[in-house]
Amino acid sequence: MDKNKPVTLFIQCLVDSLYPEVGQAMVHLFEKLNIQVDIPLEQTCCGQPAFNSGYRREAKKAAKRFIEVFESADIIVCPSGSCVDMVKHQYPGLFKDGSLWQKRAKSINAKIFELTQYIVDVLGVEDVGASFNGRVTYHDSCHLLRNLGVADQPRKLIANVRDIHLVEMKDAEKCCGFGGTFSVKYPDISSAILEEKVDNIIATGTDAVVGCDISCLMNIQGMLSRRNSPIKTLHIAQLLAG
Amino acid sequence: MSDIKTEFYKQNAAKAIKDPVLQHALFDVQNRLGPATALAYKNLPEGLGLRLKAHEIRQFAINHLDILLETLALKIQDRGGKVYFAKDAAAATAYCLKVAQVNQVKMVVKGKSMVTEEIGLNKILEANQIEVNETDLGEYIIQLAGETPSHIIAPAIHKTRKEVAQLFTQKLGIPYCEDPPVLTQAARKALRKKFLAADMGLSGCNLACAETGHITTVSNEGNIRMSTTMPKIHMAFMGMERVVARLEDHDALFRLLSRGAAAQNMAGYVSYIGGPRTEDQLDGPDQFHLVILDNGRSRILADPEFREVLLCIRCAACLNVCPAYGKIGGHAYGYPYSGPIGAVITPLFVGINRAKDLCCGEPLCGACKMACPVDIDLPRMLLALRAKLADGDPQWGVTRASRSEKFMFQIWSVIIQNRTLYDLALKAGSIIQRIIPKKNDMIPCMPFVFKGWTKSRDIKPLARASFLTRWKNREQKP
Repeated sequence: MDKNKPVTLFIQCLVDSLYPEVGQAMVHLFEKLNIQVDIPLEQTCCGQPAFNSGYRREAKKAAKRFIEVFESADIIVCPSGSCVDMVKHQYPGLFKDGSLWQKRAKSINAKIFELTQYIVDVLGVEDVGASFNGRVTYHDSCHLLRNLGVADQPRKLIANVRDIHLVEMKDAEKCCGFGGTFSVKYPDISSAILEEKVDNIIATGTDAVVGCDISCLMNIQGMLSRRNSPIKTLHIAQLLAG
Repeated sequence: MSDIKTEFYKQNAAKAIKDPVLQHALFDVQNRLGPATALAYKNLPEGLGLRLKAHEIRQFAINHLDILLETLALKIQDRGGKVYFAKDAAAATAYCLKVAQVNQVKMVVKGKSMVTEEIGLNKILEANQIEVNETDLGEYIIQLAGETPSHIIAPAIHKTRKEVAQLFTQKLGIPYCEDPPVLTQAARKALRKKFLAADMGLSGCNLACAETGHITTVSNEGNIRMSTTMPKIHMAFMGMERVVARLEDHDALFRLLSRGAAAQNMAGYVSYIGGPRTEDQLDGPDQFHLVILDNGRSRILADPEFREVLLCIRCAACLNVCPAYGKIGGHAYGYPYSGPIGAVITPLFVGINRAKDLCCGEPLCGACKMACPVDIDLPRMLLALRAKLADGDPQWGVTRASRSEKFMFQIWSVIIQNRTLYDLALKAGSIIQRIIPKKNDMIPCMPFVFKGWTKSRDIKPLARASFLTRWKNREQKP
């Protein structure tokens, strides 16, 4: 594959609206890698919030919209494992078997990648020339880890950042308790799960927790902030752009 | 029928989270068994692929359930055993009671069985003046305490050794002692008398085999073997899905079951039972009854979307990795089946609306699927249940759970299909949030549906300009 092939960015809605700096870091990262980016201005949300809450009719509308906006792209890269999982694994099931829409949904399957997956597995790059002076720990996001099988890619990228020290936390692969609307509908359970995650992060004594999904990081940041902890949350794009 | 308290999921979960003793016990069981089971799978000579093979074995069995159950029943009947197909809990318990009464049974001993919890057997026998003695140590403890199991295979994990010591002092009249071997010895002594005096033994069935016509039970205490061989009558209860075609299928499934349940290569005691004692046998019961229970399983079997849940062999591996179970424990689920398997199967048994919090109340992390020895896709079925709650489903008698939520997502679906509207909504949000107080650039208290979030967490406010707006403006620059 042409390693300098332009990529189309799918910016997760939470990044777009709450963490634009992560999107900017992603653009900067691809500039560093000498890769041109295209960002469709009509994009919104992949539909996961509706789908995970059971609202398939509404999720289907989001899916159709996503397909229309992105199907002409050659390569789609997204800074979120769970959005990629949604598009890759849930879209086809939203449409009737054998329907044209299902075919269109499936045609996107092979060309959508999560950020670290694309850099490491497709581009074959493990060192993006970033540096970070400090200690970090890495949180495995559930859908990224279990549904896309991404665990080594971000760790390889982190390990090659100059001056960085990666400290693994206890149960890095355990859920942070976010779960989309679950976090507001069942706040007690969600918070109890998050408490354990945050305790494990604090126990590493690191300066920042790095992740590949802003939704988990938003959740973790929320409790770190509530506890007045100085530990920062960093999306991997921000770390790699530095 | 077991008591159903699924409506109180949220309240009971909140109570459990505030119980430090339970939290410690749950952490301990998950910390011990979760990683150990993962390692045990990894060390299988066949590797993780054995789980997929086991899935196929179970799938084949479920697809041929009618033939397999008939074959099993005929073989057992040929050996002089009785087989009763119970359509529901009432039929199963009535059959058991009838057999007990005809044979003037005064006392029964019981091996651990979740199916008998499901049908609420103990209560019915006790109401008819039949003494019931649980003989699994954990079950015995909770029976003495008058409680229900909080874990499928470790029913008393919520109790500390101190609590057990107090309970034994009170109920067995032994001097107070917190030493587990001493407590176990006390239980053993008390139970030995029951084993010798019981008129009837009750057990579950881990898996039956159609080819040979037997049921298999596994335990680590030997209590099931005693319960099923010492009394004159043995009655076993099995869910109608717990059968496989061939004996060689048991090999893979029991190795996986033992690893899933307790990270063991094989449970300590494995018994194959195919009927009553034959004339040349010294030990064993004179009567053998097998109750094969439907109780809602046919309905699940008839639905291709949920059929997969019948592959379950109830090892509880999913409980040991579930982040929600790890915080709320088994009692919060309000039905004998807890954890991820309970979150799927309980709504299908007791009503999806009634148990809606079970299938909506976990973060869908997917750890249960990876831990399952037969690779059941529980997250897929949790999503399918949520879809039924979102829009209703006549086939399962489900009504829409929340009109307001539906309305919210309908509006959302209009907005996300149009970027201009989407930008307007973001703009409106950022105007509303101006009046919300901030602390260190974070919002500590959110209104409306987001209130739950800020109970324990802050949240970052919406950005002044979205990423796409910034990008668009950059593009427009010369």
